[in-house]
Amino acid sequence: MIGGLLDRSDSRVERIVPPSGFTASLTVLSAAAMAFLAVFIGAISMSASRVADDWGAALGDKATIRLSAPAETLQDQIDAVMTIAAQTPGVVGARQLTEDEQRALLAPWFGTDAALEGLRLPVLFDLTLEGDGPDIEGLRRRLQGEAPGAVYDDHARWRLPMVRAADRMSSVAGVSLVLIAAIGAAMVALAASASLSANRQIIGVLRLVGAKDVFITRIFVRRFTLRTIGGAVTGSIAGMIVVVLMPGGGGFIDLRFAGAGWLWPALVPLAGGGISYMATRYAAFRRLKELS
Amino acid sequence: MVEFDSVSVRFGDRALFDGVSLSLPAGSFHFVTGPSGAGKTTLLKLCYLEMAPEAGEVQLFGKETERLGRDEVADMRRKIGVVHQDCRFVDHLSVSENVLLPATATGVDIRDVDDNMSQLLAWVGLSRHRDRRPPELSGGEKQRAALARAVILSPDLILADEPTGNVDWEMSLKILDLLVELNKSGKTVICATHDLSLIRQAKTRAPARVLRIRERGIELSGADL
Ligand SMILES: Nc1ncnc2c1ncn2[C@@H]1O[C@H](COP(=O)(O)OP(=O)(O)OP(=O)(O)O)[C@@H](O)[C@H]1O
Ligand SMILES: [Mg+2]
Repeated sequence: MIGGLLDRSDSRVERIVPPSGFTASLTVLSAAAMAFLAVFIGAISMSASRVADDWGAALGDKATIRLSAPAETLQDQIDAVMTIAAQTPGVVGARQLTEDEQRALLAPWFGTDAALEGLRLPVLFDLTLEGDGPDIEGLRRRLQGEAPGAVYDDHARWRLPMVRAADRMSSVAGVSLVLIAAIGAAMVALAASASLSANRQIIGVLRLVGAKDVFITRIFVRRFTLRTIGGAVTGSIAGMIVVVLMPGGGGFIDLRFAGAGWLWPALVPLAGGGISYMATRYAAFRRLKELS
Repeated sequence: MVEFDSVSVRFGDRALFDGVSLSLPAGSFHFVTGPSGAGKTTLLKLCYLEMAPEAGEVQLFGKETERLGRDEVADMRRKIGVVHQDCRFVDHLSVSENVLLPATATGVDIRDVDDNMSQLLAWVGLSRHRDRRPPELSGGEKQRAALARAVILSPDLILADEPTGNVDWEMSLKILDLLVELNKSGKTVICATHDLSLIRQAKTRAPARVLRIRERGIELSGADL
């Protein structure tokens, strides 16, 4: 296929069908638009699945226990929490945060000065989990019994819906890419079909001198595939520029490509070429059957 | 080479041919004649498979043509050179590109026929016009270019529809000479014309026979002109 497309020796063949008409600009334009969308949606998909992976992994192995208790039972409850943590399957480590660490955590809200001095802060425990983590209901019940001031917080409470959303977004983006490919294929097939009809007289002459369908088809396939690739390269570059210039705040909406993601904008025109090749071939053979 | 078996063609309620049978052997030279509208062009169209008969059979090169696929039709047409009455050029291509079209469209290496093309164009007096577009040619020039295209790949069967329709007598004789020469080299030639003096000239140079189209039929006449 590639060899056939790059073969420069058939400029003579190329010239047989005049390269003009609305089908040319229609193909280039729609290829550019589809490629732009594909690059953009690909970036969204990759970013969303990146978020889902990162957050999914992060929320899997961290949890917090927060303890607020009157001073007289505080030390007992701290001990109880440490014991429970040590005995709970799925929890592999528990560590009480120091006051300095807690201050550092709160610094963004309260500043580093003495504002926190008089304040009684809850005690925080950092838990490290393994596997599916602890049996949360059982853990909560035990805490309630032995350290009633303790609250188990597994981070997932607020992150899980976002991970789900990111996951969902990534699959919707995948479906959108399939739709873009399908619409692109339909556009090229339509344009090629219209072009064949517009050139039916030339096709008639070609047939009279013994040209076969493969020959006629090749002219149109080559032309439309090259047009599609040309348009798609433009659209892809535009999409890439837009994505690269996106403000990347980190986290959920960082659309910028990472790692192998940079291959995507290069892959889009190639895929476009492949889609166009097949769509034009199909359309051309069909139309030629009708034109005979 | 060309055989018709009870071929019938009708347009609307008008029967043009009704059960016509013919057998034109390989290497023969035939003129098809008859008044305008008699069906000369239609007869040739049957021979290069642009038309199929309503009833009856057309055999070419010893093969039944009724159920041929498009590729098989193409294969057959590669062995047939046609001068169409309306020339049928690709108008945005130059004269030389049009003459080379049978080679281009069938994957024949252009280098193999380029000399042939130059000679042919010189021979039909169109060397100066090789880079012009067909619409810029006169009627006679078009016909000569069409003749060059028909014979460029030296096909086995040559069908010429009024190849001398728009040219002067001198050029008519030149074209006739070409057809005679091709026939002498073994090609089968069928030429439609209503120019009886051309046919008379032909008979002095080759054993040409005449197919005369009459009411709904075709009769073969010998040396009766
Ligand atoms: N596609 C068609 N539909 C209807 N009638 C047709 C069609 N093609 C040809 N005819 C009719 O069939 C008859 C024969 O046409 P044809 O072109 O074969 O004549 P011809 O002998 O070549 O005439 P001329 O010498 O003028 O070229 C004419 O009356 C023509 O009007
Ligand atoms: Mg005619």
